[in-house]
Amino acid sequence: MPTLHYDSAAAGMIPLEADCLTPDLLLGKSIHEIARLPVWHGKQSACLGDFFRIEAAPVEEVHLRGDLSRVKGIGQRMSQGRLLVYGSVGMHAGAEMSGGQLHIFGDAADWLGAEMRGGRIWVHGNAGDLAGAAYRGARRGMVGGEILIDGNAGQETGITMRRGLIAVGGQLGDFSGGGLIAGTILAFAEAGRRLGAGMKRGTLALFHSTPPLLPSFADAGLFVPLFLELYLRYLRQLGFAPARIGCRPMRRWCGDRLSLGKGEILTPAN
Amino acid sequence: MFRVNQIPIQDTFAEAFPMTAARVVVTALEPCWAQAAAQAATGFASSVIGCDCEAGIERLLTPDETPDGRPGVALLFFAFSREALQKALLARIGQCILTCPTTACYNGLEAAAERCVPVGGLLRYFGDGWQISKCLAGRRLWRIPVMDGEFLCEESFGTVKGVAGGNFLLLGREVGCTLEAARAAYEAIAPLPGVLSPFPAGIVRSGSKVGSRYPKLKASTNQAYCPTLRPLVASQLPPEVGCVYEIVLDGLDQAAVEAGMRAGIRAACRPGVVQITAGNYGGKLGPIHLHLHALLREYADAPL
Repeated sequence: MPTLHYDSAAAGMIPLEADCLTPDLLLGKSIHEIARLPVWHGKQSACLGDFFRIEAAPVEEVHLRGDLSRVKGIGQRMSQGRLLVYGSVGMHAGAEMSGGQLHIFGDAADWLGAEMRGGRIWVHGNAGDLAGAAYRGARRGMVGGEILIDGNAGQETGITMRRGLIAVGGQLGDFSGGGLIAGTILAFAEAGRRLGAGMKRGTLALFHSTPPLLPSFADAGLFVPLFLELYLRYLRQLGFAPARIGCRPMRRWCGDRLSLGKGEILTPAN
Repeated sequence: MFRVNQIPIQDTFAEAFPMTAARVVVTALEPCWAQAAAQAATGFASSVIGCDCEAGIERLLTPDETPDGRPGVALLFFAFSREALQKALLARIGQCILTCPTTACYNGLEAAAERCVPVGGLLRYFGDGWQISKCLAGRRLWRIPVMDGEFLCEESFGTVKGVAGGNFLLLGREVGCTLEAARAAYEAIAPLPGVLSPFPAGIVRSGSKVGSRYPKLKASTNQAYCPTLRPLVASQLPPEVGCVYEIVLDGLDQAAVEAGMRAGIRAACRPGVVQITAGNYGGKLGPIHLHLHALLREYADAPL
């Protein structure tokens, strides 16, 4: 199996910046070429081979193993292929990616899929803050693609997101969907406070319960959001377990009326 | 003589021609609403001689078969060009499906982007700025607010080069038995995928020819098959024939039309039918020739 084993002891407490860990840069290269790819170990430049034992050259997909929670930029800007990580990953995983699939069988740190443009990230554990968000100073967060999180997602998830889908099986942190420009965030467990603050358009669908909403959201009554059934079916087809619920009447809250006000938060009917 | 179930089949061909086709999937809260929308949307669509398109109900869909898990109906639409088809879809979906309670409308044919026509992408303007776009797995849907909630419609619909004008003629002794044979043919065709008979109940009594003695008409009655004109024209009818019905078929491809003709003709081979033939214009109308003997070879009676 073409696997790269991470030696966390070699890196110590200092984070490793390894945005070369993408199928774009790894597929088709020999073990020797992969080992020479540049990384940053703190302020020092180094080679990937200093920290990874490369089992075989990847041909179709790339596997990473180990505790990579201090490795930043895994799958960053990837545009193709499949990258499977067996362990937790550090910040900026899948950030700015435009295609391909990134599966993380562990937890992901902050800025997961920040400003991503396409492809799919699937975290089979929890995600940190700012998944799918815009970097500070940027005008828009993710503009396409899908982020699926089986566990919890931290604060400011999907902030200023422009397009795409974020599905969170566990708890959704405070201020998620803040400044949402468009796109869809689905939350299947409890959600935090101040959701959708400043959102212009887009959808925040909360299937579990209704948290205290900002007063700038107005109750628009009950309806059956048929489009959500399509999302749920799509997620079920992918195997996203939390989506195994049926579409049902939901209460629509229009807002944020301090902004454009064409966004919506959908909450359970009762 | 080539016979199927004792009924002579003439050695001739149906003259079919290419048309642009689309499949529309309509769903609703209950089957009755989906069917009401479907019937309205496919009404007045029997022939492009006088209608903007040819259309019909392909089949009813169970909740398992529809994108949103509700009961639905698959509709087929045919027109001479992609532009004409788009115009027809826009008018018919906008006036007959959008307006019907609880309905939603989805594309039923995958096609390359250049072969898709925008429908929801134009109907969205009915939302007057309150419409909402959703992109899911490369498909864009429009949520248009209406008085019972939202009308959900796919942005664009795929088109394919279909085949129209497949046909066969049932020459019978009198109206009763010929109509019975025609109904049997229609019922055999109706469940088949990708093909439909666009005329009322699938049966045509006014077979036409190209042109007329009146210059403004592009089609007129086919006098050679009108029993009451037998002594006045070059009739194609044997003396014992008192009634003729035609079944016209449109399909998503030639194979679907052939399958429909095969099933229909076999079902129509019953007592009272004197002969089965097909309409053609000597090869001048359409490039696709569907030869009856070739279609039915494996079902032919053994020679006496």
